[in-house]
Amino acid sequence: MSLLTDAKVVKQIKLAPHYYRLILAAPATTRAAGPGQFLHVRCGETLEPLLRRPLSIHAVNRERGELAHLYRVAGRGTALLAKKKRGDTINILGPLGRGYTMPSAPERFAVVAGGIGIAPLYFLLQETGARGQSALVFWGASTKEQFFSPAEPFWNADGTGGKYPSIVQEICAQGHQIILATDDGSAGFHGTVTDLFERYLNNPSGREEILSRYREAATTSGLIKTDGEAGAVCSCSPGAMLNFNQNPESETFARVYGCGPGVMLKELCRIIGTHKIPGEISLEERMGCGVGACLSCACKTRDEEKDGFRYSRVCLEGPVFPAGEVLWD
Amino acid sequence: MTEIYSGRTAGKKPDLSVNIGKLRMKNPVTTASGTFGFGPEYAPYLDLNRLGAIVVKGTTLQPRPGNPTPRLVETPAGILNSIGLQNPGVDCLIGEYLPYLAQYDLPVIVNISGDTVEDYAELAGKLERAAGVAALEVNISCPNVKKGGMQFGSDPYMAAEVTRAVRGNTDKPVIVKLSPNVTSIVGVAVEVAAAGADALSMINTLLGMAIDIRRRRPLLGNIMGGLSGPAVRPVAVRAVWQVYREVDLPIIGMGGIVTAEDALEFILAGATAVAVGTANFINPRAALEVLEGIEQYLTEHQIGEIGELVGAAHRT
Repeated sequence: MSLLTDAKVVKQIKLAPHYYRLILAAPATTRAAGPGQFLHVRCGETLEPLLRRPLSIHAVNRERGELAHLYRVAGRGTALLAKKKRGDTINILGPLGRGYTMPSAPERFAVVAGGIGIAPLYFLLQETGARGQSALVFWGASTKEQFFSPAEPFWNADGTGGKYPSIVQEICAQGHQIILATDDGSAGFHGTVTDLFERYLNNPSGREEILSRYREAATTSGLIKTDGEAGAVCSCSPGAMLNFNQNPESETFARVYGCGPGVMLKELCRIIGTHKIPGEISLEERMGCGVGACLSCACKTRDEEKDGFRYSRVCLEGPVFPAGEVLWD
Repeated sequence: MTEIYSGRTAGKKPDLSVNIGKLRMKNPVTTASGTFGFGPEYAPYLDLNRLGAIVVKGTTLQPRPGNPTPRLVETPAGILNSIGLQNPGVDCLIGEYLPYLAQYDLPVIVNISGDTVEDYAELAGKLERAAGVAALEVNISCPNVKKGGMQFGSDPYMAAEVTRAVRGNTDKPVIVKLSPNVTSIVGVAVEVAAAGADALSMINTLLGMAIDIRRRRPLLGNIMGGLSGPAVRPVAVRAVWQVYREVDLPIIGMGGIVTAEDALEFILAGATAVAVGTANFINPRAALEVLEGIEQYLTEHQIGEIGELVGAAHRT
């Protein structure tokens, strides 16, 4: 069920230059939200800029009736949003769109995120982690800083991901394993996340080495702090969190979830197509109404009956699509 | 002053009903074609029964895939769109959406579009026989399709021919939607009226474009698109004002209406009804808020009937 409502800003946390985590109090919207869905957010009060901005739901705290967005300031709308302070009101429409299909237990699944594309996948990891399901997460960024080390806690209570020194460690604390890639080599694999993912899939006997190399990287780069270090207040042992699958060589993924820039998703779809792994990807498109009326946020999807394709609405049939359905130009 | 209004009971609800030709609307607020889908998209956010009418998405004989992307660009206080009349075709409208809308106490105005005069005639004939169609809005002004659309709207004689063709195939009210992308909108309105239109709706979008200076190419996939939103409102109010003076047909005014104050400008300029368009994207409840604001204005100013305000700015 989608709602039009005013949400109160609980907290706005600057994660890095241009990157923010925004916590909103919106109990009914939070209850209705599923991973992969988005809110259509009115960033300002005036008619300039005119349109709402679609922001994926990044995390929820159902006990507190709060949800979070993780966003990058990319234009006038998000610049206004970044100025919002505790107690301010923001009009939100949602949750909207078709989200991720939750993996069925005890499937082993993979998550592949490019940069800020981690935003909606984080919510998926939060929900699956709470159900005791575990993913291998591949997260790529241009540089180490974009893995975000929030200076402030996410939620003050015992909410998932509350007290950790980085989003990387928050994800580990939810029971998942994570390996990183950076374009500049400042953390983890030096290259793209899809390249890392493909190497992992293509080379079962080399997986152990890939995992051991990049598990070191997460700790040495300070993104994951071990027990003894100041600032780390983990209920579980970070050592255990880094305990990857003992038999990676025989590992298969029942499903892959992806979100990130278009070029990365196109590449991801090629890779999982080759390996015949079912997958779901989350698309981003400029939107008008957000509810399926205006047909602005169209993307080409496969349709054998028509001319091989049709235009689907990212806001309604998406933003999550089966990987094989999206046609790339 | 008290004396003058003494005949009107304080607290009595003003009469908001209007007539667009034979079409009676319980209030003057409708939705602009293409901004409100077929209705179900907005049903979670407002009670459709409260609208004066709904104008559904532009419909063609055959389904249309629509234009290449990107289809939308945000501009100062407005948007440029180039959807290209993506729609599931008239048979799907008749088979799926009209039955859906039948559950509401809501006149359905179907916006029709074609490549040829014959297309319009055939659409009118099909919809004449369909249940649940209150009126036709003839789209001779879409800037985003190659054939038909605006080329009919920019030539007064072609506009008249399309109007005659539709008129000849239907007894339902025929509302012709005018394009602002002409030298004289009055000239087109006069011809369309003579050809048998029952009402006019104005304005469609203004042809515009925007360029990405970083990539040095047009931002829209289709290069040009239609401008809508608050940015076009003064142009639309002017068009309504001009046509009201010269043509004796009811006008559905539209173009950048966000608030009741905006809608009242159109009514004072000569519009009998108004349509909320782009504002639906910003606020799904915009049409209802416009309606409530108009009602409040009438009550505050002790005006018994909305009709008293239509064209009132011409008389002072």
